[in-house]
Amino acid sequence: MSLLVVQILNGLQLGVLLFLIAAGLTLVFGVMNFINLAHGVQYMLGAYLAVMFYTLTGSSLLALVFALLAALAFGLFLEFVVFRHLYERDHLDQVIATFGIILFLNQAVKYVWGAAPLSLPIPELFSGSIVLLPGLTYPIWRLVIIASGLAVALLLYILVSRTRLGMLVRAGANNAPMVSALGVDIRRLFMIVFGFGTMLAGFAGIMIAPILSVEPGMGDTILILAFVVIVIGGIGSIRGAFIAALLIGLADTLGRSFSVDILRLVMAPSPARTVGPAIASMLIYLMMALVLYFRPTGLFPPKGR
Amino acid sequence: MSRLPIAIFLGFALLPMAAAFGAETYLLDLFMRVMIFAIAALGLDLLVGFGALVSFGHAAFIGIGAYAVAILASHGINEAWISLPVALVAATAFAYLTGTICLRTRGVYFIMITLAFGQMAFFLASSLAPYGGDDGLTMHARSTLFGLSPFKHERLFYYIVLACLVGCYCLCRALVVSRFGRVFRGARENATRMATLGFDIYRYQLAAYAISGALGGLAGFLLANATDFVSPAYMSWQRSGELIIMIILGGLGTLHGAIIGTLVYSLLGEWLSGLTENWKMIFGPLLVLVVLLARSGLLGLAAQVAAWWRKQHAEPQA
Amino acid sequence: MYRGFTPLAAIAALALVTTTANAQDKLKIGLIATLSGPPAVLGQQLRNGFRLAVKDLGGKLGGREVEIIVQDDELKPDIAVTKVKALIERDKVDFVVGPVFSNVLQTIFKPVTDAGIVLISPNAGTSNFAGKECNPNFFVTSYQNDQAFGVAGKYAQDAGLKKVFLIAPNYQAGRDALAGFKSFFKGEIADEIFVPLGQLDYSAELSKIATAKPDAIYVFLPGGMGINFVKQFRQAGLADKLVFLSAFTVDESTLPAQQDAALGFFAGANWAPNLDTPQNKKFVAGYEKEFNAVPATYAFQSYDAALLIDGALKLTKGSTADKKALQAALQKANFTSLRGGFKFNTNHYPIQDFYLVKVAKRADGKFQTEIAKKVFTNDADIHAKDCPMK
Repeated sequence: MSLLVVQILNGLQLGVLLFLIAAGLTLVFGVMNFINLAHGVQYMLGAYLAVMFYTLTGSSLLALVFALLAALAFGLFLEFVVFRHLYERDHLDQVIATFGIILFLNQAVKYVWGAAPLSLPIPELFSGSIVLLPGLTYPIWRLVIIASGLAVALLLYILVSRTRLGMLVRAGANNAPMVSALGVDIRRLFMIVFGFGTMLAGFAGIMIAPILSVEPGMGDTILILAFVVIVIGGIGSIRGAFIAALLIGLADTLGRSFSVDILRLVMAPSPARTVGPAIASMLIYLMMALVLYFRPTGLFPPKGR
Repeated sequence: MSRLPIAIFLGFALLPMAAAFGAETYLLDLFMRVMIFAIAALGLDLLVGFGALVSFGHAAFIGIGAYAVAILASHGINEAWISLPVALVAATAFAYLTGTICLRTRGVYFIMITLAFGQMAFFLASSLAPYGGDDGLTMHARSTLFGLSPFKHERLFYYIVLACLVGCYCLCRALVVSRFGRVFRGARENATRMATLGFDIYRYQLAAYAISGALGGLAGFLLANATDFVSPAYMSWQRSGELIIMIILGGLGTLHGAIIGTLVYSLLGEWLSGLTENWKMIFGPLLVLVVLLARSGLLGLAAQVAAWWRKQHAEPQA
Repeated sequence: MYRGFTPLAAIAALALVTTTANAQDKLKIGLIATLSGPPAVLGQQLRNGFRLAVKDLGGKLGGREVEIIVQDDELKPDIAVTKVKALIERDKVDFVVGPVFSNVLQTIFKPVTDAGIVLISPNAGTSNFAGKECNPNFFVTSYQNDQAFGVAGKYAQDAGLKKVFLIAPNYQAGRDALAGFKSFFKGEIADEIFVPLGQLDYSAELSKIATAKPDAIYVFLPGGMGINFVKQFRQAGLADKLVFLSAFTVDESTLPAQQDAALGFFAGANWAPNLDTPQNKKFVAGYEKEFNAVPATYAFQSYDAALLIDGALKLTKGSTADKKALQAALQKANFTSLRGGFKFNTNHYPIQDFYLVKVAKRADGKFQTEIAKKVFTNDADIHAKDCPMK
């Protein structure tokens, strides 16, 4: 029983992480109709910047703040130099250009920080585990990640549905030319949306760095997962991204831990041990195919799409 | 414009003569791989360039064709007249089955669902422990044809691949100008109008999807024989992405653009990687520049240059 | 104009690519290793170790000037084949040294040995090439995988550990690892988990381990996988509850990232930086000075590969023309290995000692593994009997 609780928590943690990345991706895609494959390297960059600033300042808090700002600055720089010219182009061109950026940054990061994986210690305050239930200890930092992810989700909800900026974003997701025709500086709106998305991805990287190793290419796998999330959730919908992210996080974690046991009910232990993980890896793609079969535009597509 | 494809094929045909002066096996091997991927790229160009169906799981067809050959070989069946049809049927069947689901979606959702199926094929191959799993499967002997081993002789193999490439090109060219092709292209322009004209777009697109899968399967059959090895990496999403880049680089929707794109992408990567370890730092921005500046790929760029040249050297007309 | 583009391109590529190196005296060594992606640090260690050896020998091996041509296999076996063929055909190398990973070895073995070129592997040592598929042109300066995996199993059995939990990635080397452990450990296996290759988040698996309450855990999770597992293992509070046994999971390539999280963990290996031979002390000091990192097995084994070539060429008076003589010279292992005693078995795999090593923190703050106990002495691998070479 406690194993199940732990796995559910783990699933939530993964889900929350996916949400942080997917939120920025779906916003950019929804509002600006821009496929940004480079979002994964933004996440990786956040982690690297956190390591760098921690080495320079020795303080986790300062590292977090500086890394966030640096990630934001770099994202805006990319937007200004490259992405801005791609908004009018079709998706294929955007895919190729952002793919080129992935190649460049994965290599550049190796050039600057070396190929060896780096690590970041957990802030003193949150290291260690606490006892949730008798016989159930859980690392505090993972709880912090879950909490911060939920906080960000709440913040986004308030921003998008209760503020003027959020209204503009929602309108822009529906009909950008019209918003521009109504006198809103669409260029600035795009920049704000993009910057925010980039900061979310960087934040995800910073939060996960103490748990995972920081290495070139760490953004590639999570990128694919993030795309699966926003497709299932419905492109342009933050609510969809949130629900889909949690769904995928839970499915992936529970699938990985219980697939072998479930399979052992129907086949011998030895093949179950190798087939189980394979099916677990395929699970989220099967889910996506299923969702798209019944709802070709995702679970919660914004109205008007 | 139709002289360019002939020039390309002639170039490929003459290569072994030139290569005899240098590092023959290495060059034959390199250009043979280029031609094999070009066959798959042709199939993809058919979908993307003419049908606006961006398939992000195309590498799966190559992988399925390759695995068909290797799995049969591991059980002692090396005859090409068994393994080639099996490879083609397997790839086509996978394309047909997944196509029925994928083609219900549009736009970016289509891209994602083809990616999903590509990933499923990848993970399935990774889990096949008796056939190497993640490590891949080595083929100890290449395919034989009625007892003879044509694939063992580098030059003969090279010309067989070239013949396949020319054949596939002609097939695609014929498809595109045929009635089938015109309906298919019409669907890209305006699907509603085609539907009102009474055409069942879905069936045409499914057929095209299956045909491109078959081409991928053929490429896989040849690739397995060329490298004596298959691995799940043949089906990774990065490989699918590379195929898309190749066809865009050359010029979408021109068929020979796919061949040129494959050639340039492969040779550029080969050359740059010999220069420096950090070659991707040059290659990445190059891709970005190509997209930003060369809107219709290299062929489009060349056409622009040609038009500019002609204008510069035109006789001043009254 | 652009019509002639493709033939021109072909000829241009040909020109760029055909190097006419006239230096007949220069010994050309082709180094193939994984230099991109997360495992790049292993390839770098392999390359650095070899380069250091050549430097220490004055830029010469067997009295001949050396040119090292490095190629990156990107951990993609089909790319590795093309690169290796380039080394053989275009660059006309005399030796191929590498690779890091077993799956790359599987694919490059045939092209290299069929061409009559000697292949020396300073890391990968699969069972098939130790047994039935052994080849006179193939030599290994590392170990046979089974041996490295068996060390922890023997230790666990001798130390009286009752219940062990096993975890490895779901590929051939992973399965070999757990099989190797079980061949020596006869106690109770709490559970055996195969994770997908490249998995980074072990929350699910760690919960299972905690629930099973074993005495020890045996881990084979190379590279980034191991880094993440070790960190998460320590964070979950399990490090104080069970003995951590491993292979290739906590070594000098991963310790800089694992740091304190790995302190006190055990591993099975054929070497450690603090192995007490004069040549090893000199090597470790030299490596740290040159590359500012503690060397791991990948570096020392490729250093030995260079010494092996040097020793063999001394016997053949620098000539690589007579293949049989070269093979015989290599078989003699005419060099002093950094690990002390070194001898080739009939299948060209080493007969050597194996140790249980423990992760420790040095006075200067860097981490390394240190010898805790010798577990196998002059151990030969079990596949040699299947090898037809005598």
